[in-house]
Amino acid sequence: MSLRHHITRPLIEQNPITLQILGICSALAVTTSLTTALTMSVALTLVLCGSAAVISLIRHHIPGSIRLIVQITIIASMVIVIDEFLQAYAFQISQRLSIFVGLIVTNCLVLGRAEAFAMRNPVLPSVLDGLGNGLGYSLILLIVGAIRELLGAGTLMGRTILTTQAEGGWFQPLDLMQLAPSAFFIIALLIWVIRTVWTRQVETTEYPLRTGAERRQP
Amino acid sequence: MPSPMALWRAFLARPNDDRIKTFGIAVLVALVSAVVVSVTSVTLQPLQEAHLEAERQARIEAMLDTLPGMRALMEEAGVDALETRIVSLSDGRFAPEIDPASYDMRAAAELPETSIALPPEADVAGLKRRANFAPVYLLQRDGDLMLVVLPVHGTGYQSTIRAMLALEPDLNTVAALTVTEQGETPGLGARIEEPDWQALWPGKEIADQTGRIEIRVVRGEASGPHQVDGISGATRTGNGITNMLQFWLGEYGYAPFLDRLEREGL
Amino acid sequence: MSELFLRAVFADNLALSFFLGICTFLAVSKRVETAIGLGLAVIVVQTITVPVNNLIFNGLLLDGAWAWAGLPDVDLTFLKLVAFIGVIAAMVQILEMTLDRYVPALYRTLGIFLPLITVNCAILGGSLFMVERRYDFPEALSYGFGSGVGWALAIITFAAIRERLRYSDIPAGLQGLGSAFLVTGLMSLGFSAFAGVGP
Repeated sequence: MSLRHHITRPLIEQNPITLQILGICSALAVTTSLTTALTMSVALTLVLCGSAAVISLIRHHIPGSIRLIVQITIIASMVIVIDEFLQAYAFQISQRLSIFVGLIVTNCLVLGRAEAFAMRNPVLPSVLDGLGNGLGYSLILLIVGAIRELLGAGTLMGRTILTTQAEGGWFQPLDLMQLAPSAFFIIALLIWVIRTVWTRQVETTEYPLRTGAERRQP
Repeated sequence: MPSPMALWRAFLARPNDDRIKTFGIAVLVALVSAVVVSVTSVTLQPLQEAHLEAERQARIEAMLDTLPGMRALMEEAGVDALETRIVSLSDGRFAPEIDPASYDMRAAAELPETSIALPPEADVAGLKRRANFAPVYLLQRDGDLMLVVLPVHGTGYQSTIRAMLALEPDLNTVAALTVTEQGETPGLGARIEEPDWQALWPGKEIADQTGRIEIRVVRGEASGPHQVDGISGATRTGNGITNMLQFWLGEYGYAPFLDRLEREGL
Repeated sequence: MSELFLRAVFADNLALSFFLGICTFLAVSKRVETAIGLGLAVIVVQTITVPVNNLIFNGLLLDGAWAWAGLPDVDLTFLKLVAFIGVIAAMVQILEMTLDRYVPALYRTLGIFLPLITVNCAILGGSLFMVERRYDFPEALSYGFGSGVGWALAIITFAAIRERLRYSDIPAGLQGLGSAFLVTGLMSLGFSAFAGVGP
């Protein structure tokens, strides 16, 4: 597999959220607006690349029986150190990020990629794999964030796109979009769209219904 | 005696499922992580605290700017900042023996000797313990109180919310509410930090004629002088703010202090 | 205490109100039996780790916790995340070894789910909430057990719904994961009604 593939494959074909089922918790919590989704995407992609590099670097010396503890300790320390630096030197950014930090540590995407890829591959492909998965994750987050903010508040990145009735326009905001369950519905629809185009991702049913001519006559 | 480098290489050369290596790697990773995290945290702490303090000052300043005419008043009174006084919460008296600059209410609330445990029925804000003393910020002109700012905090949906409540001289009208710290759901509860929402507070009244604390955040549209619009999708953050104000304006909060101010003045 | 327990199970349900542990929730809920196994494992681990983390936080990390050793100014709260996640990973591993040695029957039932729990953010989330809400030890015990039961209840119900869904005629693209997302969304809307129940 060429290096380019490490980045392009996780975008849609092996997307972490819609196919690998990784990192969903934070996808729900931070997608009420595009700005928060963007902040989280950038932060997570950085941590993903960084932890992939460190873990891949010492992969030959991590004993199998304690590998999970080792990986998760490295990831958690890294996230905290990054956060401490931001708080000290980039206070404005850290004010925005602070609540996301906990979400990054608990994001199973980071550990999932460390376990599945960085443990078995050299540094460069691991970092690229981290970058690709980070971008695939960001893609879904940004789409969901944009839809929820636009339909829920009529704005994008805080700028008014659809004037709401409260402000004299025509648009009635959908309150459902402000609630976390709406993220589930949007992701479900995204999965539907993706799997209609990339039919290879469709899961086979164990009990297909017989329809049309196959249908058993009563 | 082999050199340390040779020992290190021998250690790395051991098979990965070897007990010594497993134990060694675990200890090494734990040590390195703890040291790295501790060192960064300790070395960067002064910088961070300076930022936080500056941010708190900036919030108070920003709050003063939202109050119409407050700057002019301050100029008249010849002060450029609010005066900080420490208040004993149990009897509402000032405690001049405590230096406001070094008093840390948050740390005091954790220690048994400087705080009290709250009875569960009174602890509506989910605080568990309350410090015995609290800083309040005053603005006075010729001995008349012009503004009093009370720091408050309480449990929201998923985090502790900290805020500053500014009261008019009648001690019943809200001059402003500024949220200084919170970790609520981004885009929902976290919107309590936005100026638009905080702009709903000035002019609201705390208690009704009988003296009951009535101020609350409601779902949907507010009606009457005691109610503030909630944020849709963040009912429980709103409830958290309501409980926080109920507690801090009640008998375990600033009620003794506010009563004394009303009775005897400053 | 029972109030705290009930709130942890329903109104503050980790899976459906706070969306913690949703990845495992979606990935391991195709069958009721596996959901029961994972649910039990989460209850056990959560009931152990939340109180243990409570002891560690109050005894070692909290500001002033080292006063007895003549170090009253030591504040290690910044180590909270690393310490908690370490405790969780260690607990899971110890539990796995103990079960394997002494209760092999239970080990065979829970076995494959135990490693999954380390990456289940509901466990870490439970410990972080415990700190945030300043629970003492008995409360932490009750909350740990309650939040575990809540999570287990959610995944078992969800798996039961998914089992029934297998007989439904669903568009090909929504088969499996797509419909799982939809059902979780509907369930969490339903659970949000519990927020108004109780104090």
